[in-house]
Amino acid sequence: MIETLISVKDLTVRFKTDEGLITAVDGVTFDVKPGEILGLVGESGSGKSVTAKSLMLLNADNTVYDPKSSMKLNLHDQSIDILSLKKPQDQMIIRGGAISMIFQEPMASFAPAITIGDQMVEQLKLHSNMPDEKAKEISIEMLERVGIPEAGKRFNQYAFEFSGGMRQRAMIAMALSTKPKLLIADEPTTALDVTIQAQVIELMKELVDEFHMAIIFITHDLGVIAQTADRVAVMYLGNLVETGTVHQVIQQPAHPYTQGLINALPNLEDLDSPLTPVPGDIPSPLERPTGCVFNTRCSLSLGERCEAEVPHNFNVAPGHNVSCHLMEQRMAANE
Amino acid sequence: MSEVLIRSDDLSVYYPIGGGFLKPKSYVHAVDGINVSIEKGSFFGLVGESGSGKTTLGRALLKAAPISRGEVSYQDGEVSYDLGSLNGQDLKEYRKRAQLIFQDPYAALSPRMTVRDIIAEPLEVMRLTSSRDETDEKVRQIAAKCRLNLEHLRRFPHAFSGGQRQRISIARALVSDPKFIVADESVAALDVSIQADVLNLLKSIQKESGITFMFISHDLSVVAHVCDHVAVMYLGRLIETAPSRQLFSMPKHPYTKALLSAIPSLDPDERGKAEKLEGEIPSPTNPPPGCKFQTRCRFAVDKCRREEPRLEDSGGGHNVACHRWQELLA
Repeated sequence: MIETLISVKDLTVRFKTDEGLITAVDGVTFDVKPGEILGLVGESGSGKSVTAKSLMLLNADNTVYDPKSSMKLNLHDQSIDILSLKKPQDQMIIRGGAISMIFQEPMASFAPAITIGDQMVEQLKLHSNMPDEKAKEISIEMLERVGIPEAGKRFNQYAFEFSGGMRQRAMIAMALSTKPKLLIADEPTTALDVTIQAQVIELMKELVDEFHMAIIFITHDLGVIAQTADRVAVMYLGNLVETGTVHQVIQQPAHPYTQGLINALPNLEDLDSPLTPVPGDIPSPLERPTGCVFNTRCSLSLGERCEAEVPHNFNVAPGHNVSCHLMEQRMAANE
Repeated sequence: MSEVLIRSDDLSVYYPIGGGFLKPKSYVHAVDGINVSIEKGSFFGLVGESGSGKTTLGRALLKAAPISRGEVSYQDGEVSYDLGSLNGQDLKEYRKRAQLIFQDPYAALSPRMTVRDIIAEPLEVMRLTSSRDETDEKVRQIAAKCRLNLEHLRRFPHAFSGGQRQRISIARALVSDPKFIVADESVAALDVSIQADVLNLLKSIQKESGITFMFISHDLSVVAHVCDHVAVMYLGRLIETAPSRQLFSMPKHPYTKALLSAIPSLDPDERGKAEKLEGEIPSPTNPPPGCKFQTRCRFAVDKCRREEPRLEDSGGGHNVACHRWQELLA
């Protein structure tokens, strides 16, 4: 049994633009174990999608990976250095083979003029040499598995004939038909209504158990994270500011940003207290703050120190890591 | 009982679909037989899934969607309008009083206009100010209210983040001194940390200026926090309306209960406890007979499949449209 499926170390991603190099992801390190759901949370512009896309080398041509970055995919018989995959044939393994991805807007992800079935068969045949009939059989089986009624008939329909929830189910079926070890789900329920969101979340959890695959679940919705993830990683402006188990991060958040995010959520149990926003706006990636990236919005900022010095990553409890200067005192007090 | 600002009676909006040479036209009943009254100075929430008709209802109250049947009346002291027959000068007057804030602040602002021009445009179009100085003064006032500073006014929208852009949209809606604002999913595109900020701004405007808001949202926890009164829509019908506290503490319609239960809880130990609602909202082109919710309701009986329930008062201004709400309370 392999221990870590994905191991990302010091991932730093920059984009070349007319205005210079923009840092989108800065020194991100994390692991994903087989069968684990890792929730990746952050606001727009925090770099969570760029991080996930890096695993499939799907970022645009102007992307520069820092030479220190390393991403390993560990399979039973081999360990693959993702950044060394240069040829498209070699990249098949991380693009639909061992790693699959589903997106926020399924309407934009299916080709509009090709039937759902043909698209499913096409990708199955790309990844294995199975005959058409076999690919069709597997596709219909998968459509049935994700709860699409009359899968045989649906197989021959186009994306526009599906409702939003059905489209997302079809996308999940397609992503899972190659039996990947890791599924990257980028805001898979954001465009769905709450009742449909609940159905899709339930389905994804069932499939994790059944296929024993891992999921990186990207979302800005902490409620969705609380209901799905085993472990959570919180990102802000390209940095990983806090990681831990779902209980640690949601119930005992230690980083001021995570605390701010949770306080900003409207809580149905407590309608009397006013909503408390995190002050200020996310800075533009062109104007990344020095020191701790969160210092411009942090209400607990220590001033000069936070503005000048990049905080260390402190291990505050087993499996709970926080990048914040405040942890130094906390750690000292505990000793 | 305070005054009612906007009242609708049997309001329906139908859109034609299909049809053509020798083919009969059919109609989608986007909004069907809605009776709603919005009190002056209140924050009225309208919730429902996509396709429930909430946006169409909001637009009909602004006379931005065709009113196919029924009536909408606006009454503010001496001023009153019957929206069905509103046109010409009266319609222009109504436009000053009723404004809309859109969902997507990235699409709603012209990229070629400075923030000052965007906010000033309604003043110029409606000829509300007589000189450029007066316009500038008014723009500065409103901008300050929405926490935009003078330097911001010279810039173009691309220089702003989502939260700031939404504040610009709000400033533009406020500049004509409206009495009624429809905010259609106005925080849906914003990040949580910013969302709270915009909600607080809208609330403070309501308290200070006494503007009446209709807040359209699919997010029940947001609605619970800001609204005084809430209406739940399903497939073009109102199925439950109540004062906010009452609706969230004791929902009576099975759909409202399911919606509330489907909100993902922040407590990781409450997994899988949500009541699952099967299926999806039916297409409005082919609505089911009887109660519109019967296809997904686990309490549906024969009567629900035959007869459509009417919205009835269950006490304390809590209205519910369900044949079995009394039984289900027990």
